[in-house]
Amino acid sequence: MAVDTIGSLPQTRVAPWNNPVIRGWVFQIVVVGLVGGLAWYLVSNTMANLEKAKIATGFDFLGREAGFEIGDTMIEYSPASTYARAIWVGILNTLRVAVIGIILTTILGTLIGIGRLSPNWLLAKICEWYVEIFRNVPLLLWLFLFYKLVSEAFPGPRQAIRMLGDSVFLSNRGLYFPIPVADPVHKWIGAGFLLGIVGAWALHRWAKARQAATGQQFPSILAGLGLIIVVPFLVWLIGGAPAKMSWPELKGFNFQGGLVIQPEFTALLVGLTLYTAAFVAEIVRSGILALHKGQSEAAAAIGLSRGQAMRLVLLPQALRVIVPPMTSVFLNITKNSSLAIAIGYPDLVASINVTINQTGQAIENILIIMAAYLTVSLSISAFMNWYNKQIAMKER
Amino acid sequence: MRTITSLAGAAALAVTIGAAGAAHAGKDLDAIKARGQLICGVSTGTAGFSLADSKGVWTGMDVDVCRAVAAAIFGDASKVKYVPTTAQQRFTALQSGEVDMLSRTTTWTLTRDTALGFDFTGVSYYDGQGFMVNKKLGVKSAKELNGATICVSPGTTTELNLADYFRANKMQFKPVVIEKADEIRAAFFTGRCDVYTTDASSLYSVRAANVPAPLTAADFVILPEIISKEPLGPVVRHGDNQFGDIVRWALYAMVEAEEYGITSANVEQMLKSEDPTIKRILGVTPGMGKALGVDEKWVVNIVKQVGNYGEAFDRNLGAGSPLKIERGLNQLWTKGGLQYSPPIR
Repeated sequence: MAVDTIGSLPQTRVAPWNNPVIRGWVFQIVVVGLVGGLAWYLVSNTMANLEKAKIATGFDFLGREAGFEIGDTMIEYSPASTYARAIWVGILNTLRVAVIGIILTTILGTLIGIGRLSPNWLLAKICEWYVEIFRNVPLLLWLFLFYKLVSEAFPGPRQAIRMLGDSVFLSNRGLYFPIPVADPVHKWIGAGFLLGIVGAWALHRWAKARQAATGQQFPSILAGLGLIIVVPFLVWLIGGAPAKMSWPELKGFNFQGGLVIQPEFTALLVGLTLYTAAFVAEIVRSGILALHKGQSEAAAAIGLSRGQAMRLVLLPQALRVIVPPMTSVFLNITKNSSLAIAIGYPDLVASINVTINQTGQAIENILIIMAAYLTVSLSISAFMNWYNKQIAMKER
Repeated sequence: MRTITSLAGAAALAVTIGAAGAAHAGKDLDAIKARGQLICGVSTGTAGFSLADSKGVWTGMDVDVCRAVAAAIFGDASKVKYVPTTAQQRFTALQSGEVDMLSRTTTWTLTRDTALGFDFTGVSYYDGQGFMVNKKLGVKSAKELNGATICVSPGTTTELNLADYFRANKMQFKPVVIEKADEIRAAFFTGRCDVYTTDASSLYSVRAANVPAPLTAADFVILPEIISKEPLGPVVRHGDNQFGDIVRWALYAMVEAEEYGITSANVEQMLKSEDPTIKRILGVTPGMGKALGVDEKWVVNIVKQVGNYGEAFDRNLGAGSPLKIERGLNQLWTKGGLQYSPPIR
């Protein structure tokens, strides 16, 4: 056959097994079939094994009574609540430490990153040492260290350190401080707070536009802060100024009333923040150093102070380099928060582990925990990608 | 969205692979014999029950149950590999086939015996949950613990009993929950918690062995209330009844040996006994070993190498140990306790 075609070279009639299009299709179908078959085999094999061993399956357990207590909850929870609620408590606890951790890490890391570039020798060295010490020791050890510090350094509740005229107490049970008793006005104060933020943002936009048009400056940051404080305060006054407070009091073993920040949360937050800030510092430093030296010289040439040059010229450009790796850092904070299990902070992993143990349904629970972390992580990624697009170089 | 589904798919796959491994283990007993070794899940370190010394040699009541099973299967109590498991890992380890059996202060409950896919084969120690507090607090009864902060291990019946007890008595508490036994004890001894709760036997064990200087055992009291039944025993997974039978009867053989006065010291003389029951137990009259699928000398091997139940108890927990725990409920039924073996016949 090959000999025949060489002489005439007509439109070559390729055998189907030599046709690249057909071949491509066949290979893809085979691969999909193999992967699908393997998946089906594994799933059915697992189901059969679970069935044979009489291990319960399915998600019915979520509606059953959990029966265990959780030490630190943001929402109403008791042992009579369901497993679903126990897992939700865990998710909220994970989110709480992740969100606060991300905010604090970003602030601290940025300051240290800028500090390393300071012309002040001492400051630059301190920042350098900070980075080297914190990022070269495993996070788990930092967590153990901070947990030991907060639980061993502070006295028991009966010998608690009293501050601010016996209203704030620090002991190895945590930091207790008074909070206002829940009141319907609080919701409106929250709304006023949001309104203040919107107002501050609008004011800032207006000030920028006016400065661009007329060159007149307006202290928009101070005024904005004022708005954010004054608006909720006015709402509070209008709402009748409810001032009833819940004060922490030593009753029996421990303080009752007020609000408490527990040692486990403190240790986890401090450990995560200090550790991750070292990485953020390096990212910020690399972002700034990536800029041409001419940028800071030009800023100096038009009379900007060092602070202004950093805020108005260098950081906005450096952000383009900084933001993509920051996404990974934020994701790491979220995922590393699962090390909480080592020091007893009741996060998502803790709730799920207990649930697995009580119900024996490891597969279902691990699916839940993975879905939860995926959802959080993908949300962070999506937000950061959106933000990255916002600050990307705009060709005009 | 596409990323989510594909990632979730991959994740689901990864989980099932882990579980699918167990399917090929086949009959557990065959696998154990082929391996030449019993893999026994024990605790990460509870004095008196399962604890490794500086040379890595495991001792304890739970360890002796593993050794008895190995003695019954192989005629050699040393053919055991010990896998330390935490309270949270233990069930997954047994379900997935990582260990052949658990012998680690595990409480027999209905859920564990059914929905988790396990069989409890007996009770090696009748325990109950207690509370330990620092003497300085001046607490005399568990009923005075309202508002206390309590250290407890996660994934235990202890955690659930604790919640139940406080609900039933309309009291509040704050749990501090850490998985590693060392860490939770450290949290208690540094005063992070007012109370440490676990099985009473473990409380005695911790008080005797784990109090850090300068504190001493005398600084801590164990409250009189026992708030739960904790029948602790060996566990096997569903699927191999013959292996389950061997584990069940290895423990019963120790109890039965004590009841008939057979000890590691006198077992050789007992072989000459005329008592038909003793002859049956020791395999002089054959039949029992065959029915169980092990060597006819199985009880001889167990008693000679491990000892009877009373010997094991004394050595690990009782008068011959630092713990000095009373036999109490774990005395033989003939002496007012609950240890009772069905007849070997």
